[in-house]
Amino acid sequence: MRFIGSILHACLWAVTASAALAAGSADDLQQLRTRSLAASCAQCHGTEGRAAAGSIVPALAGRPEADTVQQLLAFKAGGRPATVMTQLAKGYSDEQIRQLAAYFAAQR
Amino acid sequence: MSANRSLPRRRLLKAAAAGALATLGGCATTRSGPAAARVLVVGGGYGGATAAKYLRLLSGQRIDVTLVEPDADFVSCPISNMVLGGSKAMADITVPYATLERAHGVRRIRDRVERIEPTERIAVLASGARLPYDKVVLSPGVELMWDGVAGLRAANEQGRIVQAWKAGPETVTLRRQLEAMGDGGTCAIAIPEAPYRCPPGPYERACQIAHYLKTAKPKSKVLILDANPDVTSKGALFKRVWAESYPGLIEYRPQYKATGVDAAAGIIRFEVQEDVRADVLNVLPPMRAGAVAVQSGLANANARWCQVDFLNFESTVARHVHVLGDAIQIAPAMPKSGHMANGHAKVAAAAIVAELSGWEIDPAPMLTNTCYSFVDDRRAIHVASVHEYVAAERTFKTVAGSGGLSSVPSEVEGGYGLNWARTIWADTLG
Repeated sequence: MRFIGSILHACLWAVTASAALAAGSADDLQQLRTRSLAASCAQCHGTEGRAAAGSIVPALAGRPEADTVQQLLAFKAGGRPATVMTQLAKGYSDEQIRQLAAYFAAQR
Repeated sequence: MSANRSLPRRRLLKAAAAGALATLGGCATTRSGPAAARVLVVGGGYGGATAAKYLRLLSGQRIDVTLVEPDADFVSCPISNMVLGGSKAMADITVPYATLERAHGVRRIRDRVERIEPTERIAVLASGARLPYDKVVLSPGVELMWDGVAGLRAANEQGRIVQAWKAGPETVTLRRQLEAMGDGGTCAIAIPEAPYRCPPGPYERACQIAHYLKTAKPKSKVLILDANPDVTSKGALFKRVWAESYPGLIEYRPQYKATGVDAAAGIIRFEVQEDVRADVLNVLPPMRAGAVAVQSGLANANARWCQVDFLNFESTVARHVHVLGDAIQIAPAMPKSGHMANGHAKVAAAAIVAELSGWEIDPAPMLTNTCYSFVDDRRAIHVASVHEYVAAERTFKTVAGSGGLSSVPSEVEGGYGLNWARTIWADTLG
């Protein structure tokens, strides 16, 4: 049965075959890059900054931009102690930190 | 089913297959119409499942994504050593694929991809079905090279020596072997030369087994037989834990490269050193890219790993074929870890969305890695790193000054470690 399922599935695909998406704007391109950068936080803070249920690591989505910038810069400078974040924050430029903070503030 | 009924049924299947393939062949050569691009994802581990989800998310659901994975559920390798230690059960490390389908519209086929035909842009499934694609993402994990250790394949097939390196039924078998071992017995863990999946994994495993033995069978011993010249990850931290928490319980021997086993006698043979006898043998052979990558001619580094363009994780030998996770020839200081595979998947997904949209691929992608190892049922240690793409060298390198290790094992980090697992499972599959 699985074999027949695969064939039926392949047939469904065949009628919707195409190779390209509709072209997007420059804003869409920048948004894609920012989402991709922010996705490097998601393994610990949740997809799009939304923490998993019961998480002891804070959610980033909806956090005020200035607050996130301040915290990340403090981790980066070593002023705020942490186990992991002091080490990870040093890997991001101040510009990337501002970009991430603005993105997460806009998530609801 | 009786023999006289099965033949017509088989003919019917064949006819159905022939009809479907003819249709597919026609469509595959006439790529026209406004419908969605089709991306096929092969393998539902940390890399593949994340790729499937993020291809949908980052494209605004404009890409048709199909995930081909034979297993019913995702079983996590990270945390699986705690099943050996007795503080976690298989149910704690098992996550269903249902949310990928329901919440993200990923189609899933329970099958195995035998090989990719890159010039035809076709994936051939074990069932015989041939699936066309615009892009394919391969995240096949590792294949254990059983023939790298004489006698190991037969010993594994007989169930005498299990690897339990791919978490699943063998994890349970190894736990049972440890439970059946008498007090005063020896469990030997043989580690292959790097690179292999999860560099700190064998040392964490030694801690977990010792944690179990310490109370259940205190006269017993864990013997680590390492083909490498020293502990390959978190070395100083592990050695301190072994000395302080498991004195006399864990013995570490570097430069022990296993070449053969005699499962009935419980003996491991080595390239240089004397034979070692143990009661429970966990012999890990060398590893290479998962079979589908090797079968498809993509393992072009040492015939073991797949070289990729790190901007989009496209194979250096096949256009429109992207390879992720443990199967790739790694960049400097890039571990073969689940966290890293999840990161590869996001960079690749964004690049595929950009390419299919006619945009320039992000010239400066970033990756992180955070890896926790549990030294008992509560305390963990970590290693963390940030990796940036360096255009001049066409590879990822760690950002200078970033990353680092725990100072000491702690329960605080144990809490973060379990939180990491729950969160990355949700990020990968939820």
